[in-house]
Amino acid sequence: MDRPRGLAFYLLAGVFALYVLFLYGPTLTILALSFQGPSGGLTFPMNGVSTHWFAKLWEGVGVVDIWAALRRSLALGLVVMALTVTIAFYAGLAFRKGFRGAGLVFALAVSSLIVPSIVVSLGIGLEFRLLDDAIKALAAATGWGFLEDHGTLMGLYTSALGAHLTWTLPFGLLIMFAVFNRFDPAYEEAARDLGASGPQTLRHVVVPILAPALVGVALFGFTLSFDELARTSQAIGGRNTLPLELQGLTTTVTTPEIYALGTMTTAVSALVIGTALGLTLWLQKRRARRAMAGLR
Amino acid sequence: MTDLALPAAETAARTAAPTVAGRPRRRTLAYLQAAPLALVFLAFLVVPLVLTGIVSLWEYNEYEIIPALTLQNYADVFDGCLSADLCTTLRTYLSTVKFVALTLAITLPLGFAIAYFLAFYIRSGTVRMGLFLLCTIPFWTSNVIRMISWIPLLGRNGLVNDTLRALGLIRAPIEGLLYSDFAVVLAFVHLDTVFMIVPIFNSLARIDRRLIEAARDCGASGAQILWTVILPLAKPGIAIGTIFVTTLVMGDFVTVGVMGGQQIASVGKVIQVQMAYLQFPAAAANAMVLLAAVLLMILGLTRMIDLRREL
Repeated sequence: MDRPRGLAFYLLAGVFALYVLFLYGPTLTILALSFQGPSGGLTFPMNGVSTHWFAKLWEGVGVVDIWAALRRSLALGLVVMALTVTIAFYAGLAFRKGFRGAGLVFALAVSSLIVPSIVVSLGIGLEFRLLDDAIKALAAATGWGFLEDHGTLMGLYTSALGAHLTWTLPFGLLIMFAVFNRFDPAYEEAARDLGASGPQTLRHVVVPILAPALVGVALFGFTLSFDELARTSQAIGGRNTLPLELQGLTTTVTTPEIYALGTMTTAVSALVIGTALGLTLWLQKRRARRAMAGLR
Repeated sequence: MTDLALPAAETAARTAAPTVAGRPRRRTLAYLQAAPLALVFLAFLVVPLVLTGIVSLWEYNEYEIIPALTLQNYADVFDGCLSADLCTTLRTYLSTVKFVALTLAITLPLGFAIAYFLAFYIRSGTVRMGLFLLCTIPFWTSNVIRMISWIPLLGRNGLVNDTLRALGLIRAPIEGLLYSDFAVVLAFVHLDTVFMIVPIFNSLARIDRRLIEAARDCGASGAQILWTVILPLAKPGIAIGTIFVTTLVMGDFVTVGVMGGQQIASVGKVIQVQMAYLQFPAAAANAMVLLAAVLLMILGLTRMIDLRREL
């Protein structure tokens, strides 16, 4: 639509600007309020500017060990990120080749997005409870000592990890589809003609070309996991992730400490995403440099 | 529910068949590569849903669940629904459906307008990428935090009320800004519009610009082009976005809780409370009803489109 910009352009630009303002309003509010003075409350006006509430946060929020929750969420996010990239990438390859049951697996992935999170969460919670019951029954029936002090299988890297993957993998797979649809198979054929084996083609041709998209999938995986609340809620053992702790805190904390917490979690996300974006840019630059060196 | 996307499944199987038959080794490899994905969905989606279905038919008391068949849990869900005044379940669903409708009524035009702006009016790819990034940065803040940050804006002595009072537009603060239906819908729009923008943008970006030029050459007005050319071609994106928003709102239990001041009922919250009281079969029955409701709502939409062709 290469027409001169008319009224429609300015109207739509206005809508977009208002939307962005609407999006950022709350984020900027908590950013400002987290630097509230020591005597300030949950709302405006600001009573001076201080880092008082960050210091309070550093000491810990009430009975909840927020730092342990943050560490758990970070660790889980990174594991989910790695698994999402790996599993989605290989699945993308498989779908490109085609296999019997591809339609079914795809339907499962789409269902995983469509089924309400609370239902998935409840199902996984039930699954692990029934597994625990089964193990206890087995211990009682056989008298095997190693089973007798069985606690629960539910936990961060079992049920919660699974719950997060049901949310991140469909997105990862959809992105991989979009990426492979635009991927020129001539590159692979060229590699094969030059005598590269399958794994060599993957490692030296496909992965480097797709690297930016893979970083994108990784980012998506991390952000979705780090923020995930609904699917985790019923599928976590005794140790909560950060969003779950935050949800609990909304009803108990009545000081700007919670805003400081919000600012901090945003900073953590920004740090991870910034690092990843920087890495992508660096990779692209390096590749361009090498290509230039190859031409010379 | 797996038969939802079966049209897509069949076409995929058909197109894949010839290449698969020819190369048995590649086929084995493809199975290996898809296996982890399939296993994750089997272990954390299929089995849990089947178990939920089974447990929803079990009996329970205060201490344990008893593997004995009963339809009592479903009877409890719909208890009193046949009488003249609405039962709790039906009221809860009506309230949730109302939120779905209101949220869609706002996110759909808003998402379309923004996607349209990005797809047709932003010419440089870099600027477009930058604007997209601008829309995603707020999502780096936790959803829960973003919800409570409405409090200093909408509260009794919040920024909005204070500003309006300072401007002399109102005398007493508006009470219903926070902890009300308005606040809930506002939060949904805030959280979910992006799920509308991205699929619609994807559809719009794939429209062949020559079609629009042809329409204009044939004398179509801007409104006619929008209505007869662009909108039909954007339908898949609109459908996908609608499915996303519907599911997110139907299954929600956090937003309604926080923004409604824990006063407004939602189906997700009912399930959560029942889980907390260890009434697993009751929660499972509610979950199955919710699942059925959601699937019914989006069945028509999935029929209309072949999702995989849209990427």
